[in-house]
Amino acid sequence: MALVELRGVSKIYHLGGEEIRALDNVSLDIEPGEFISIIGPSGSGKSTLMHILGCLDTPTRGTITLDGVMVQDASPRQLAAMRNRKIGFVFQFFNLLPKLNVVQNVELPMIYSGVSGRERREKAMAALEAVDLVNRAKHRPSQLSGGQQQRAAIARALVNSPRIVFADEPTGNLDSHTGEAILGLFRRLSTEGRTIVLVTHDPEIAAVTPRRIEIRDGRIAQHVDLTLAGLDRPPRPGFVAEPGTAAPPAS
Amino acid sequence: MSAAPSQPPATSRAEPPAHAAVNLWTTIGAGLREIWAHKFRSLLTMLGIILGVSSLVAMSALVKGMEKGAKEALVAIGGLEKVRVEPQNVPPEQLHLLDQAVGITMNDVYALEAGASLVTRVSPEMRVPATVSANGKRFRPFICNGVWPVALEMSEHVIAHGRMFNELDDEMARSVCVIGTATRDELWGAPEDVGREIIPLGETLYINGVPFTVIGMFPHYESEQDRKARELALAQAAAAGTQAGPARDRGRGRRGNFIFWLKNATIYMPLNTAWMKFRSGMSLAEPGRWGSPGTPATGVITADPRLSNLELKVASVDVLSDALQQIRNILMSTHKGIEDFNFRTQEDWAENINLFIRNARMSGGLIAAISLLVGGIGIMNIMLASISERVREIGIRKSVGATTGDIFVQILVESVVIAVLGGLVGLVTSFGLVQLIGGFSPTDNTPIITAPAMLLAFSFSVVVGILAGILPAVKAARLNPIQALRYE
Ligand SMILES: Nc1ncnc2c1ncn2[C@@H]1O[C@H](COP(=O)(O)OP(=O)(O)O)[C@@H](O)[C@H]1O
Ligand SMILES: [Mg+2]
Repeated sequence: MALVELRGVSKIYHLGGEEIRALDNVSLDIEPGEFISIIGPSGSGKSTLMHILGCLDTPTRGTITLDGVMVQDASPRQLAAMRNRKIGFVFQFFNLLPKLNVVQNVELPMIYSGVSGRERREKAMAALEAVDLVNRAKHRPSQLSGGQQQRAAIARALVNSPRIVFADEPTGNLDSHTGEAILGLFRRLSTEGRTIVLVTHDPEIAAVTPRRIEIRDGRIAQHVDLTLAGLDRPPRPGFVAEPGTAAPPAS
Repeated sequence: MSAAPSQPPATSRAEPPAHAAVNLWTTIGAGLREIWAHKFRSLLTMLGIILGVSSLVAMSALVKGMEKGAKEALVAIGGLEKVRVEPQNVPPEQLHLLDQAVGITMNDVYALEAGASLVTRVSPEMRVPATVSANGKRFRPFICNGVWPVALEMSEHVIAHGRMFNELDDEMARSVCVIGTATRDELWGAPEDVGREIIPLGETLYINGVPFTVIGMFPHYESEQDRKARELALAQAAAAGTQAGPARDRGRGRRGNFIFWLKNATIYMPLNTAWMKFRSGMSLAEPGRWGSPGTPATGVITADPRLSNLELKVASVDVLSDALQQIRNILMSTHKGIEDFNFRTQEDWAENINLFIRNARMSGGLIAAISLLVGGIGIMNIMLASISERVREIGIRKSVGATTGDIFVQILVESVVIAVLGGLVGLVTSFGLVQLIGGFSPTDNTPIITAPAMLLAFSFSVVVGILAGILPAVKAARLNPIQALRYE
């Protein structure tokens, strides 16, 4: 069973009578442990797709199942719990809270899952250890470089051991060298078995993932899966060959 | 496959509700941090609450002080059970009976003693407008009355030195008197001025030129507040060593509360003495106005038998109106239906006090309520502004799993924390405010801060915090996380 199953998802905005299809009939499966990039030009609907995948937004049409939960039917409370426990987000602008120090930022998701103070601190420090940022734990985000801030954000995304991590242009605000380091970090996390979805407009960055989904005008335009050719991992049943023609996955 | 798996996660989400309690302290901590981050702004925001709480506490302290002072004074003048019967002009419709109106006489006293079951004590009073002199000094006492010994209990007097005159003194119309300390102060000198307490027992006192022997003296009556102040001054003087003597603390300090001063400026003499020495021969001027039964209206030496008033004590306050009816019935019969008397009860006075206190409370409460309202609006305003500043923060919190409830509680707690801090500062401020008012206050009714008033004011500040926080909290909780995260 796939970790994420997207079936005929559309997201339609209405702006002054005009209909904007940010997503148009998208179907997609993501298996546990995959490293996927979603690539496309600006305004193509990548972020919208990621928000829907990450339970921050709900589709206008279509269904989405995440870890067995039918997201379109879930209550706001259930969605919050999903974001808290099953999903980690990394954003282009880091989105750390400026008034908290690094370790407090990393603790934030655990506050909403009711982890006690001491355990929270321990887990947060472990997560910072994983991104090699322990020595900056008491610093404010404004005292860190962009790369360090992004690493703190990654630690925050990982701290509740989510089933899947979404990163929206995580290198978009970093110089190329630092960006490389962050990408390396994602690659390492992937080899450790994490499921990661990388959203980017940059083909070079997308090239690091074995599976790439290209989006144009809200539709899946191209789907490259190196794992299929046996170049990466064994083939999976949930593979979708062409945009719009979602083959139901074998159970 | 797509429908069935929607069930299992329910088990994995079974725990979250348990975190509410753990979370509250973290939330309060976050609220405090937020307030600390904007110290000045928060202080300004709190100002309304500070003012509201401190004025509420100070107002109630003020009223409480006045209430206590008034009640003390009420007890000092004889309590609520006291009824005064005074003469009054004959009403217009009875003017043709004027020559039969005898006024208040001993007849009434005997009739009331015999017939009014609800009246426990009857004390006749004969006022003597007097100037007293002794020791080369003159003084006009506030009260110079011929009374029965029962007047002592009636007006809450006690004898501190010597003795009260008795029935025998009255019977024989002896020229003896009992005085209050104000009379002593004026004629022989106050302890504060002469440095020691003079007790003029056995001294001769001239009342309108008639010599009287002082046989007793009342203690110095004063309010609790005056007593404390005097003792403090005494202790300070003692600590300072020599300066315990004269020429200190003149005027208001010594006179103290007016009611108590009046009580101190009293001279009592036996009723018969007053009648014999000061009323005889006065009747010749007004033939026909007297001549009540029992009093001989013939002869050269005639004395005006009329009393200035009666003081009555009723069995209890609860039967006051019944007792008044009873007294009225008896007096109507002794006065042949002529209504040349009326009643004065302390109840009117107590009523006035209560009314005044109610009004003071109400206006004080209103001022405090308005301040608290303004304070609440201030908090709401700041919270709304801070939410527009913090759209991004709220989006981030939602993206890591905060529920709408979590955000709601966070903002509400922040609002309550501001209000509670303001409330605490307000409580502290109220002490200063009361000190300030106490300094200006011309009365001796020192404001009294009570715990219930503080608790009430503090609770109000919490309620205001909650009410002011609801709208901003709802607004924040409803923010769409995506919109919030797009904010750049
Ligand atoms: N709230 C919204 N209201 C109207 N249109 C929106 C809204 N959010 C996104 N869009 C539109 O949807 C399209 C996809 O946006 P987005 O997913 O942010 O693109 P990308 O992340 O690929 O740059 C864009 O045309 C954008 O203008
Ligand atoms: Mg985008």
